[in-house]
Amino acid sequence: MPLELYLDLHSQPCRSVFLFAKINKIPFEFKSVDLSAGEQYGAEFGKVSIIRKVPVLKDGDFILTESTAILQYLAANHHTPDHWYPADLQKRARVDEFLSWQHSNIRTHGSKVFWFRGVIPAITGAPVPKEKMDAAVEDLNVSLKTFEDKFLQSRPFIIGEKISLADLVAIVEMMQPVGTGLDVFQDRPALNAWRDRVKKEIGVEVFDEAHEVIMNVDTLPQTFENKGLPEFLKLKIQKMFN
Amino acid sequence: MSCALVSVQSSTGCGVAVIYTPCRSVYIFTKKNNIQFDHKKITLFDGYQYGEEYGKINLLRKLPAIKDGDFCLAESIAIMMYLAEKFHTPDHWYPADLQKRARVNEYLSWQHTAIRTHGSRILWFKLLIPKAMGVEVPKEKLDNAVESFDGSLKLFEEKFLQGKPFIVGDQISLADLVAIVEIMQPVGAGMDVFENRPKLKAWKDRVREEIGAELFDEAHQTILSLQEEVKTMDPKKMEPLRSKILKYFLS
Repeated sequence: MPLELYLDLHSQPCRSVFLFAKINKIPFEFKSVDLSAGEQYGAEFGKVSIIRKVPVLKDGDFILTESTAILQYLAANHHTPDHWYPADLQKRARVDEFLSWQHSNIRTHGSKVFWFRGVIPAITGAPVPKEKMDAAVEDLNVSLKTFEDKFLQSRPFIIGEKISLADLVAIVEMMQPVGTGLDVFQDRPALNAWRDRVKKEIGVEVFDEAHEVIMNVDTLPQTFENKGLPEFLKLKIQKMFN
Repeated sequence: MSCALVSVQSSTGCGVAVIYTPCRSVYIFTKKNNIQFDHKKITLFDGYQYGEEYGKINLLRKLPAIKDGDFCLAESIAIMMYLAEKFHTPDHWYPADLQKRARVNEYLSWQHTAIRTHGSRILWFKLLIPKAMGVEVPKEKLDNAVESFDGSLKLFEEKFLQGKPFIVGDQISLADLVAIVEIMQPVGAGMDVFENRPKLKAWKDRVREEIGAELFDEAHQTILSLQEEVKTMDPKKMEPLRSKILKYFLS
């Protein structure tokens, strides 16, 4: 039975898993979960994961959530090249350090900016209040600065000469706000250069393939108009502003 | 071989009662596994972190940290994984078996923005901001945090623990250790998390026993006496961090 990956490429963690599998030629079945239609809340998906998030890996009877866990599992299980998740203790620790830190930093703030710029206006028809938007962008800027100052510094990649899971996770998170027209790489030459290196290592074609939907996120208003707005989205937005 | 461990203790604590959860889990792990370290304690809201680099709430995200020779590492989860491998701790903490290890990784990833986030908010909204800083917290904020935390606990029981003794199965792992320190946080604010949750309580008792009751209680001494401690806490000590704390939690 082939590996199944439950994915929606609007989601950053889905993109990192998708890219990793593609780059390493790990055969898988792409099981699409349409987040904008609320499919993750359906009965069908509930049988796969009650956490109701994507990505999910299904390897026979073994079901695994959380992209970082999935990436670590795939790297070990499929014996991918060492640089992705090095056997060397200190290099591995550097990858783990970034994968831990990013949850509450780049991921949180990049997601928020994406919601504020790309999703909420599509739903409410109105922009997010300026103060909230500015605060969200400022938080993202702080994260990006920490990324450059602490995690990247002057190295080609986060842990040194070679790309790892850390760069893969970092790039998909940074691309999220880019999809809404906020180019985080502009005016950041070191970050821009790193992005180009990462894109090249991943493969430009597969990188663009993974990011196609997010780069066309301005079609979301039409999507919501066509499909109707799921209840969970209304609740989520209410909570965001509470 | 020894490491220097930089972590946080409470302002009145002697010994190493740790208020900040990532420091607590690392402390318990190193003590339990007899990993020798020089413990550099930073007292919360005191001197050290008022320096330019540290006069920010972001300081907490740089703790704990270890220094092993020239190698410096932050992020408690990365630290524990590193120490587990380096000091060859018993396999159950971070199993070599791929699927068991994946279960630990899965929990450690999920908890960042679930139990950890909501548990921490309850501590700040219910106790630290009103009682230590004298600032009123809108009721909806606390209610939301409690509701989110309850949701996380429900998922914890239904998805991560299920009918097993520990998260991965029959033995304790890093996942249980990280889970317990975070779940204890709102307990410090006076919320009885284990009331009406017999399965969770049973799990907590097992975890406490596996860690060792003495070590567990020592590490949780401060959080469990925090409601008393805030009565004598000098709000002026939190002054430099005040606006950042309020912005972070209440905006």
